[in-house]
Amino acid sequence: MKRSYLRLAAVAATAALTSMPAVAQELRIGVASEPSSADPHFHNLGPNNQLRRNIFQSLVGTDEQQKLYPQLAESWRPLDDTRWEFNLRKGVKFSDGSDFDAYDVVYSVCRIPGVPDSPSLFTTYTKAVKDFEVSDPHTLIVHTKEPYPLLPTEFSTWGIISAKANGIDGAAIKFSPEGCGDLAYPATQAFNDGSAAIGTGPFLLQSFRRGEGVELVRNPDYWGAPAPWEKVTMKPLTSAGPRVAALFAGDVDMIENPPLQDLDRVRQQDNLQVVQGISNRAIYIHLDHAQEPSPMIRDTDGKNPLKDVRVREALSIAINRDAIVDRIMGGVAVAAGELLPAGMFGAHEEGEMLPPAFNAERAKTLLAEAGYPNGFGITIGTPNDRYINDAQVAQAVAQMWARIGINTEIDASTGSTFFSRRNAFEFSAYLAGWGAGTGEMSSPLKALLATPDKARGFGGTNRGQYSNKAMDDLLATALQTVDDAKRQDLLREASRVAMADWAIIPLHFEVTPWAMTTSLNYPPRVDQYTLPYDIKPAK
Amino acid sequence: MLVYLLRRIAQSVFVALAMMVIVFFGIYMVGNPIDILISPDATPAEIEETMARFGFDQPVWRQFLSFLGNVVQGDLGRSFVHGEPAVGLILHYMPATLELAALGLVFSVLIGVPLGVYAGYKADRWQGRAIMTGSIFGFSLPNFWVGMLLILIFAVELRWLPSTGRGDTVEVLGMRLSIFAPGGLQYMILPALTLALYKASLVTRLARAGTQEALMQDYVKFARAKGLSETRILCVHVLKNIMIPIITVLGLELGSMIAFAVVTETVFAWPGMGKLLIDSILTLDRPVIVAYLMMTVLIFITINLIVDVVYTLLDPRVRLSGAGS
Repeated sequence: MKRSYLRLAAVAATAALTSMPAVAQELRIGVASEPSSADPHFHNLGPNNQLRRNIFQSLVGTDEQQKLYPQLAESWRPLDDTRWEFNLRKGVKFSDGSDFDAYDVVYSVCRIPGVPDSPSLFTTYTKAVKDFEVSDPHTLIVHTKEPYPLLPTEFSTWGIISAKANGIDGAAIKFSPEGCGDLAYPATQAFNDGSAAIGTGPFLLQSFRRGEGVELVRNPDYWGAPAPWEKVTMKPLTSAGPRVAALFAGDVDMIENPPLQDLDRVRQQDNLQVVQGISNRAIYIHLDHAQEPSPMIRDTDGKNPLKDVRVREALSIAINRDAIVDRIMGGVAVAAGELLPAGMFGAHEEGEMLPPAFNAERAKTLLAEAGYPNGFGITIGTPNDRYINDAQVAQAVAQMWARIGINTEIDASTGSTFFSRRNAFEFSAYLAGWGAGTGEMSSPLKALLATPDKARGFGGTNRGQYSNKAMDDLLATALQTVDDAKRQDLLREASRVAMADWAIIPLHFEVTPWAMTTSLNYPPRVDQYTLPYDIKPAK
Repeated sequence: MLVYLLRRIAQSVFVALAMMVIVFFGIYMVGNPIDILISPDATPAEIEETMARFGFDQPVWRQFLSFLGNVVQGDLGRSFVHGEPAVGLILHYMPATLELAALGLVFSVLIGVPLGVYAGYKADRWQGRAIMTGSIFGFSLPNFWVGMLLILIFAVELRWLPSTGRGDTVEVLGMRLSIFAPGGLQYMILPALTLALYKASLVTRLARAGTQEALMQDYVKFARAKGLSETRILCVHVLKNIMIPIITVLGLELGSMIAFAVVTETVFAWPGMGKLLIDSILTLDRPVIVAYLMMTVLIFITINLIVDVVYTLLDPRVRLSGAGS
């Protein structure tokens, strides 16, 4: 009698266990870095943007290839050079029950420039807007100061909050780029404690606790297909070892950025897998094109050899990129010939822009031609905790340069020190990375290679002070060309001009790995985000 | 007693001030926070605007003076990264660290005192030697390695305990604590053990030395002559007499446990103040770092004070006097 009870209990337990995946719809993710706030407009930073996309949506979405797709706008088109029309989705509700309409977009753009204490505002992506015109609650016309093809892309980077939920009558808002008068906005704190976290996204914010993580629950009234998870927790596990351990221990179902040396161990487990995909982040070495003498060049009698295109070419072809990808990056990277991977907007097609071929002999000849038969001395600055194996890559480059007679040293430091020194032009050559936030070639060209120009916002990270009028003009034209096909051609040409001038040394594109249980599916994203909505239970 | 207290407070104010100056200028020299904080996509104009808003464009002495002015008014500034008052941020992380340190302390006493007393009692036997040899491991093994090993054994292999993070919490006296929550304690065991290991070996050694010394005292001989059991002699008479040095050391160590549990907190992703400190250093979040270290000074001073007071309670011969100490 007793035994049959036991058996019954065992059967019941087994039944309960096997039906678990369907019932226990909880997803636990170990994330590598923590958002600084749940406020969608507080800090323009990767982890914040990743969290934002679950709760607050944009007019335009970006898919895993960073291609645009309709999110809260069903369609958009340029009316003329300086006007864009967005047709908004009807029937979308915020999580407090209020309807989404064009005034919410205006209200959100109004809030963005004035978020108190924000360390990095989203004005970067709203400054093009001159005016809004709401012809009906679901048709929004955006006026820009000048032709602005990137408007839809930039409208994918910030989240929309509700005007009504904050007691604002949208129709009464007087928009002006300088500010919209005395509007009331929710405080950043109100987003963190959840009271203002009212969005249209597939998830609702259940809790945001610093250091402990974020809990999301499914939005039952989501306008699209419901999220596959009842509950999602995103735990910050910032150091790599414990993050992997948590996955092995079964405490989380998925982790971001497993360290490269652990990928094989993950793959060896029956119940774990690695998913990886190319990212929009190019790792490059930038050279000092301007300072003479250059601070970290030795044995040249004060001359800056990097101004000579032959020297730059020699430095680039002296690098065996395949060896770096293979040995240092464990194959988890793709050698680069320009600043954006093939297939993305403005990058060349696969095979059209190959990485410079490794040729140490020719490099030596070039150096001799340029008047440096015995080479010279140089120091590469590099961060040692910012990019995957960054200091090791710099070390490998140093050895390759040493082989063509350039006496190369490494100056590696932690990110906070490195970036300050780099921005103070302390390096003659430095290794860094650039992720194309907009997913198109204009992003790296504008930031890294365009002649620094405050008025145009060019060259913000051009710490090698490269300057090339031909490329600047092509880029400037492209940035004002609304026609996509023409813009793509212009951007490709600009990239070719820069690469032919050996303006910068692209090394490789990072490949982003995710480690997870085999019961999950995730399409790798070029923007490196981990978005629970797209994590599906494997069939 | 009053003179003593006043003098202590004056000392602490001076130490806190010195700390503030050193840390402020030290962090300033490391780098400019704006290079870390702002999105790489920001235009030069936006970078300038943000720098001006935070005052980073000012010369360092002026930044320091305005900071000092706010401190005088009781405002240690707002975190650059989180936009919240630095003190509030630290207080948010503090309960997690306090409870971890408290449990670590309990573990180190529970492990260290019995082992030490036993080792002292059996000083010349193999048991005593084995314990002393074992305690060397406690001293010499690096914290993070022990932590990773515990995770590997108890979380990855045996799956008895969770590997990282903090479990459920309950609100006690306005603090969110997991030590009293049913689903919280299990998350604390491994990190508390890691924290306790070093202290436990310290306590073991102190207790052994104390026990050996006490056993030779006359009162032990008398007690034995009186016919008291060895257990009673050890657990009552010897224990009472060896506790003073142990409490001194533990008091000091508690301070370092709270302030510098950084490594353990990092390994176990424990959301305590140490983790906040590390994150703040990496992002050059100066107000938080300064406030944190000033708070550390305060904690050390308070604990020392408490230890001194506890002395007088344990041993009536010790007197706190303004002139003496």
